[in-house]
Amino acid sequence: MAEFEPKVTAFVCTWCTYAGADLTGTSRIKYASNVRVLRVPCTGRIDFMYVLQAFTQGADGIIISGCHPADCHYTSGNYHARRRWIVLRALLDFVGVDTRRIHFAWVSAAEGAKWADLVNSVVSNVRELGPYDEYRQTIPAHIRPGGIAV
Amino acid sequence: MTGLQDAARDLLQSGEAAVVIGFGGGSAGGARPLMVRDPTSVGDLIFDDRCVHNLAVYLLKPEVKSLGKPAIVGTQAVLRSILQLASEQQVKDRDVIALIPEADGGVRRLETLGEIEGAVSKPDAVLSPEEQNCLDEIASLSREERWRFWQEEFSRCLKCYACRAACPMCYCSQCIVEVNQPQWIPVPAHPLGNMGWHLVRAMHLAGRCVNCGECARACPVDIPLNLLNQVIEKEVAEQFGGKAGLSATASYALSTFTTDDKDTFIR
Amino acid sequence: MIEQKRMSTTSLEALFQRYKTAGWWILAPRAEGDITTFGEVDSPGDVAAGLIQTTLSPKSAVLPIWEELFRFRRGESGIEVVEAAESSVPTIIFGLRPCDARAFAALDAVFTWDSQDEPYLARRNKVAFVSIACNQADDYCFCTSTGGGPGDTAGSDLLLTGVGDEYLVEVVTERGVELAGIAGELFGPAEGMDKAAHLASVPVRFDLDRLRQVLPKTFDREELWIDQSLRCLGCGACAYVCPTCVCFDIQDEATRHGGARVRCWDSCGFSLFTLHTSGHNPREVQSHRWRQRVMHKFAYMPERLQVLGCVGCGRCSRACPVDMNLAEHLAVIAESGE
Repeated sequence: MAEFEPKVTAFVCTWCTYAGADLTGTSRIKYASNVRVLRVPCTGRIDFMYVLQAFTQGADGIIISGCHPADCHYTSGNYHARRRWIVLRALLDFVGVDTRRIHFAWVSAAEGAKWADLVNSVVSNVRELGPYDEYRQTIPAHIRPGGIAV
Repeated sequence: MTGLQDAARDLLQSGEAAVVIGFGGGSAGGARPLMVRDPTSVGDLIFDDRCVHNLAVYLLKPEVKSLGKPAIVGTQAVLRSILQLASEQQVKDRDVIALIPEADGGVRRLETLGEIEGAVSKPDAVLSPEEQNCLDEIASLSREERWRFWQEEFSRCLKCYACRAACPMCYCSQCIVEVNQPQWIPVPAHPLGNMGWHLVRAMHLAGRCVNCGECARACPVDIPLNLLNQVIEKEVAEQFGGKAGLSATASYALSTFTTDDKDTFIR
Repeated sequence: MIEQKRMSTTSLEALFQRYKTAGWWILAPRAEGDITTFGEVDSPGDVAAGLIQTTLSPKSAVLPIWEELFRFRRGESGIEVVEAAESSVPTIIFGLRPCDARAFAALDAVFTWDSQDEPYLARRNKVAFVSIACNQADDYCFCTSTGGGPGDTAGSDLLLTGVGDEYLVEVVTERGVELAGIAGELFGPAEGMDKAAHLASVPVRFDLDRLRQVLPKTFDREELWIDQSLRCLGCGACAYVCPTCVCFDIQDEATRHGGARVRCWDSCGFSLFTLHTSGHNPREVQSHRWRQRVMHKFAYMPERLQVLGCVGCGRCSRACPVDMNLAEHLAVIAESGE
């Protein structure tokens, strides 16, 4: 059996973390290619349903990252997001969702190296945890990630 | 009892209220919500230990709203719901008269949100000791056990939406489950659809749930849904302070912030 | 003529084993926490005892809460469609009540009305009913008001009535003859067994003929329907526990690879049920939706399908969060004059 390659979905804000990830590339820093980056205007835009959707569509791990406190392009989007995540983590943990697979970070446009470190550590973390089969078992066969058996 | 009936009759006769939302006798010796519009029918109103429904859910139902100004028999859960609805601009001052049955058979009449704020009890803890014990019991399970426990509970869900229909805070004219471009929550009652529904409902009630327990009571398949809300309300109280349903002017915990909210879990 | 036999209650174990050996799958009332549903059982010991009625009806054995109708996916030459594989197995529903056994006639009427519903019929044709007559009833039971009764044989293949430590076994249908034949030596002659003495007494709560006379003329009596439905919350609990409710919703669930067309339960109590794309809703208020529920079961179905849409099991009223008691409301309508 081929070695497990984790799929990690990253929701990042366009102003800080996306620019930071750009810097990682232009700085020619190599990092794990297991991450799929999805750009949103602001972390405040990240509905918690995105997290569930990412798992439903086959993610084994999730990164949510945006501007550091006080640096939000929209002044307070990241503060609002932070409150939501505090509550979300408590709920998901209570119902037994594996919160070790969900990572939150602040990565600025200047932190290309931090982005690479973040992705590398999350990927190696999730690699150790293995595929998120537990969650996938809730998904009916016809919409399970990886195509459909007919 | 007669105090309540007299107060209801006065309100209906004087036209101060068009409907009294209260309790009447129900099937198998139980009680049921009862709307009294005719002053000659106030004798059907009862109030005792069987009267457990959170009647505030009726305040925003269009069919009840269209009747005119309501008076409502105010249990603590009803009063908390009114205040929370007021803080969300769904109920205005003097929109509703609350009738509080007292131990001596009399009735206290509350006309304003200020009076309701004064009458709502303000417990020290977010949860009662029994509620806390129940949460602690689940929290003491391993993560895998918690997952199995909730999957098992959710597996019984029929998607009848009684939890939503019975909740005074579920008043959206279009619920997230009815949004289908895209369809965030699968419609069928399969494990993914059921889990998605209960998690989204819990999140949308975060900081707003007045812990009346009506969702769990309404559930025909006995899913302890109120535990999901309780765990969130406890987190909200501990992290941000405050508790839903105690003030008509409180701001919603998740639409505000402080710059020093906890971020130890954020890298 | 219904043949009668007797069987010791201790023979149930052997009966179950005989059916399982013959390839039948047995569904029976099972406790799940504080509720009871029909689930697979191995032996009579697994069957929830002392029940008046299960929380959920056995309807899902023939109409699952959701089912795939077909799958589709992007193939090399376009969209490929594959019908859902027929996977049901011969199933005995054991221990259902006479009211539930009658309910399947209402389901059949709907699913064979203008077309033959294949997924439904595939399951339906493989189901047999071994019912147990009721020796107790509660305040919600009203089978006797809808043409049934605690010992009614209609719809059952075999009906068992507990008589002391024996069952009176009534062989009702051809399939019942087959089911009795599988375990012939467990049965003896039924002489001297008094069925009526061991049945629950279920009072008649309304006059069905009167109701059917009055009901069609009440459509425009807004105040009647408002009065009954003001406390209705508009959830689907009544419909989802009902043994005869058949309304369903069709959903396409797909990823970019493909997906399935899915049929799932729906309820006329939801405002969304009749909402048009334009925003217009022909049943805009709960009183109209409540009226539809009552009319559908007690006026439209008898008129168009010659079968009543209600068997008086009382589940809707037990499940209702705000105690909408159907029998009580029907009595009010029947007595309300024309």
